[in-house]
Amino acid sequence: MQTQLKPRESPTHEPRDPHASVCLDSVSRAYVDRRGRAVPALADVSLRAARGSVLAVVGPSGCGKTTLLELICGLQRPDGGTIACEPAVLMPQRDLLLPWLNALENAVLALRIAGAPRAQARARGAALFAELGLGGFEQARPHELSGGMRQRVAFVRTLLSGKPVLCLDEPFGALDAITRLEMQGWLTNALAREPRTVVLVTHDVEEAIVLADRVAVLSPRPGRVAAELTVDLPRLPPSMAGPRSPTDPTVVALREQAMRTLAESRVA
Amino acid sequence: MRRGMANVAPPLLLALVFLGVWEIYVDIKGVDPLLLPAPHAMFAEIWDNAGLLWSNFAITAKEVVFGLSLALVGGFAMAVAIHLWTPMRRAVYPHTVGSQAIPIAVIAAPLCFWWGFGIFPKLVVIALICFFPVVVTTVDGLAAVDPDQRKLLRTLDASRWQAFRFGELPAALPAALSGARIALAVGVIGAFIAETSTPSTGPYAGLGREITSDLTALQTPRAYAATAVLFVFAIVCFYALTIAERKLSPWSSQRRGEIH
Repeated sequence: MQTQLKPRESPTHEPRDPHASVCLDSVSRAYVDRRGRAVPALADVSLRAARGSVLAVVGPSGCGKTTLLELICGLQRPDGGTIACEPAVLMPQRDLLLPWLNALENAVLALRIAGAPRAQARARGAALFAELGLGGFEQARPHELSGGMRQRVAFVRTLLSGKPVLCLDEPFGALDAITRLEMQGWLTNALAREPRTVVLVTHDVEEAIVLADRVAVLSPRPGRVAAELTVDLPRLPPSMAGPRSPTDPTVVALREQAMRTLAESRVA
Repeated sequence: MRRGMANVAPPLLLALVFLGVWEIYVDIKGVDPLLLPAPHAMFAEIWDNAGLLWSNFAITAKEVVFGLSLALVGGFAMAVAIHLWTPMRRAVYPHTVGSQAIPIAVIAAPLCFWWGFGIFPKLVVIALICFFPVVVTTVDGLAAVDPDQRKLLRTLDASRWQAFRFGELPAALPAALSGARIALAVGVIGAFIAETSTPSTGPYAGLGREITSDLTALQTPRAYAATAVLFVFAIVCFYALTIAERKLSPWSSQRRGEIH
């Protein structure tokens, strides 16, 4: 799969740490605002994501989470530090399904871009749709789909890019609480079937802990890593895959710890 | 069927009221029919000269359809070139605006010198008059593509061409089609200008020619009859284009449907 990926102008190359898909070392990035002043978005951020793991990044809004993902995907370059990542694909906050394509055509967009014939792309997409419980929605136009369904189609589109690293930018941020729970279950299940390294950005601490293997807590702007938590709970076998129970004592303890870190970093 | 009636009845009713007021005004004031003929005289002319009007209409309709097609193809191609290539935008865009200020009479002579008295110079005139709205709306449509959508296509490794093909082109289509409808509205008067500013051979020279020769021959009611034909023709073309839009970009009309 990796061989057919085109090199990009991004600084992504094979990580030095052989077990990590994503390596960030003292990365900093600043914006220039309208008055021409430099506004630091990220300062001295170092992160690792092991191959096949889920790294969640939580932090207050405006702490540079989206910038972080765009750096990993090579859509921006860092001002300082080094980034070494396997090819990564971004799933933006808004689903951005193209309204002139139906659900299946949207999902297989990356295959079409890679030059796959239409019929072959559709066949692969349809197989994944069936596997991930989207069967029957292939012909639906984006505006006919619910918010949750649109996110699922957007996720399948991201998966089908064939890249080993998925950068999910608040994938469930715009969904209602019930749909969000359902989507967390669906995502865990999809990742059990199609394992990838995932960098998940969210502002929901609980979501981060029930879904991720490691959680990086970012401080307010400029974003720094205020704490890194390891969620030390065994992964369930794929057949029973699902998010962790939010009432599990370990989850509760980690949640407390993350919240405390967030509060402290805000004061500091 | 009922929906069809609901669409057709209001404009028809308005036309009847307008014609009624016009008729009464001419009747009461005793207006000279050379200045303003009564509607009944206009309809009588349509009835009496149906063959003549039809033959001229066929010429004008052909000019409008082909001239507009030329404008759509040319305008769209120019918009794409302007969008994809910045030097083109800088060099050409101001001149497209300037071109709209050129009185056709000024360039009619060289057009006929190059292409004769046939239909082609007329198509060029119509296209010159019509292409501008197509260029402006298409350029704006191409530029207005959601920047996040561009980012998405980039993260999926789309090349410049693929980003254009999968993203910008379909996104700009509704805007381009709006431009086409504006172009059509000026296209019919464009045909009039084309016919009256370039000479023709053959027995029929189109409704525009018919109108000017009727006016100089003091056949005012017949000129009004020909004008009525142009009026209805423009409306029919407009709705034909609306139907084409629904077929070409169903997503935009569907979305509009949701809003109403």
